[in-house]
Amino acid sequence: MKFISFHLMPYRHLDFEEAAKHRSAWVVLPNSLYDPIKGAEEYANFIDFLVDGERLGFDGIAVNEHHQNAYGLMPAPNLIASALIQRTKKVKIAILGRALPLLSNPMNIAEEYAMLDNLSRGRIICGFVRGIGAEYHSTGVNPYFSHERFHEAHDLIIQSWTKPGPFPFEGKHYNMRYVNCWPRPYQQPHPPIWIPSQGSSETVAWAADPARKYPFLVTFSATDLVVRYLNTYRDQARQYGYEPESGQFGWACPVYVAETDERAKAEAGHAIETLFNNYLRMPMEMLIPPGYTSLNSMKNFLKMRTAVASGKAPTADSLIASGTAIIGSAKTVRSKIEEVRDKTGLGILVPMLQFGVLSDELAKRSMEMFASEVMPHLRG
Amino acid sequence: MPPEPQTVKIGDVGVSLRRAGKGPPLLYLHGADGYSQWLPFFDALAEQYEVLVPEHPGYGASDDPPLIRSVSDMAMFYLDFLEALDLRDLHIVGHSMGGWIAAEILIRDQSRAKSLTLISSAGIRVEGVPSGDIFIWNREELLRNIFYNQAYADIALSLQPTEQQIDTMLKNRFTSTKLGWQPRWYNPDLEKWLHRIKRPSLIIWGEDDKVMPSAYAGLWRKRLPGARLVMIEKCGHVPQVEKLKETIDPLRDFLAEASR
Repeated sequence: MKFISFHLMPYRHLDFEEAAKHRSAWVVLPNSLYDPIKGAEEYANFIDFLVDGERLGFDGIAVNEHHQNAYGLMPAPNLIASALIQRTKKVKIAILGRALPLLSNPMNIAEEYAMLDNLSRGRIICGFVRGIGAEYHSTGVNPYFSHERFHEAHDLIIQSWTKPGPFPFEGKHYNMRYVNCWPRPYQQPHPPIWIPSQGSSETVAWAADPARKYPFLVTFSATDLVVRYLNTYRDQARQYGYEPESGQFGWACPVYVAETDERAKAEAGHAIETLFNNYLRMPMEMLIPPGYTSLNSMKNFLKMRTAVASGKAPTADSLIASGTAIIGSAKTVRSKIEEVRDKTGLGILVPMLQFGVLSDELAKRSMEMFASEVMPHLRG
Repeated sequence: MPPEPQTVKIGDVGVSLRRAGKGPPLLYLHGADGYSQWLPFFDALAEQYEVLVPEHPGYGASDDPPLIRSVSDMAMFYLDFLEALDLRDLHIVGHSMGGWIAAEILIRDQSRAKSLTLISSAGIRVEGVPSGDIFIWNREELLRNIFYNQAYADIALSLQPTEQQIDTMLKNRFTSTKLGWQPRWYNPDLEKWLHRIKRPSLIIWGEDDKVMPSAYAGLWRKRLPGARLVMIEKCGHVPQVEKLKETIDPLRDFLAEASR
């Protein structure tokens, strides 16, 4: 199994009481609640934290893109990736990922990824995502065309990396007379592409397609859903007529390790609740604008919501019980990961080792325990 | 009795259409919420006119053809519709997004139109006065912001929609997103060409509209040659429901005058 240490870079100094007066910590949260002096310090801490992953033996370190929120301070993850390249030697650097439909010219992404791949001499892993629903509110991009733009932008980027330029690209959303990516990527034909997703069937079918075989990374889901989505991917691959490799199965989740289960919960319980209840809190209208998912997915989602009677905020206990967050002793954490591995053939784990308001001190200790007491047992 | 919907084929697109009354034809174009029910407003108009109330492609029981990707497409589609039904000397009444569609139809071809009535119409932008964000509001906020008289919102909120109504609401919302999300509820090119509309026009607005603020009424009047404006006090986004009499009286007068 490969291990990628992932960081969201949340704004930990957020005044929760003040933030609670607003619809969400996304889109409409006033940026007057951001203090640049404290924020600058946070960036430095977070970069140090990720860089430390190399020393501790992680295969990769990862960042991602989110806009206009206190949940993750990386509207431009490539900037952080660029800093990480300068501070590391061997570790892979994964950008999980860039939100393709949000750009009016996806060539920006092709060029920047190619630059990073050159700067790092081939250490880049590229994530392609659509961004979450809230980002269609904050960028103004029409969510109805999200899938269309994603696929078109993907095709444009891949062609720009693999077809000799210049050539024209003729799409519904993107039209370019001269596609000619300078520089070309360092890795040939192009850097690995991973697809982080919450498991929509359309995305599974697309990622598993034999023309792509993109590793599928289930994010922020209860264990039973992670197992279900990864097995859907496997079934889909088999329907396509091939047997997927373990490196095609990924899972990203918050992880915290301490000496005992009780201590882990006591130390990380509050922080994990802030992640889901303060930083990720948003109404349905923001999370899933119309067209962001298919009509059927939207209907299913609405039904599921009615099934969840009160829509109650999750607690540390409920998050641990559902396996949405892996929090416990090294032994517990190992066994929970093994359980998913045994049921799915999981080959990539992307632990988010800092989350919510979790302090650097606790996050670092947990990361070191994870590296020394969990990773070695799951290698190979 | 509300008329039964019929399906008319425009090319290969099925459009659900309700018709009532006899007289000169009057086409009502609904807003982003779609057709929800037969209104007393339609009955009142049907006393003197043949009222046609279609559901736009992508809404309600109508087909959702991939060729419609924008309000401009919708306007072109309605030109086909007017031709297919051979409607002449037509009064067009558009509410909200339907008003936008009506204006887009008329800047393209007004030969079949007798008059234009815009009620709380989308389609243009007043800088500095954003329209209400119906996509971020939840259902309760939406209803409370649509009506000035909160009793209407209370009634709407007390009704539990059926599964089929939820399906229709979602379908309508998807199409409205496609048509109106960006740029939000307007076409930057429309305002420039409104002077081309050389038909009598009436603008009806609720003074307390939180969806399309009343400042929009002023810009419409400025751009539509000779337009008459009716501003209704204590009224939200749907005057034809909330203030039926204050809406229908000046509309009747206007239509009668325009028919002469």
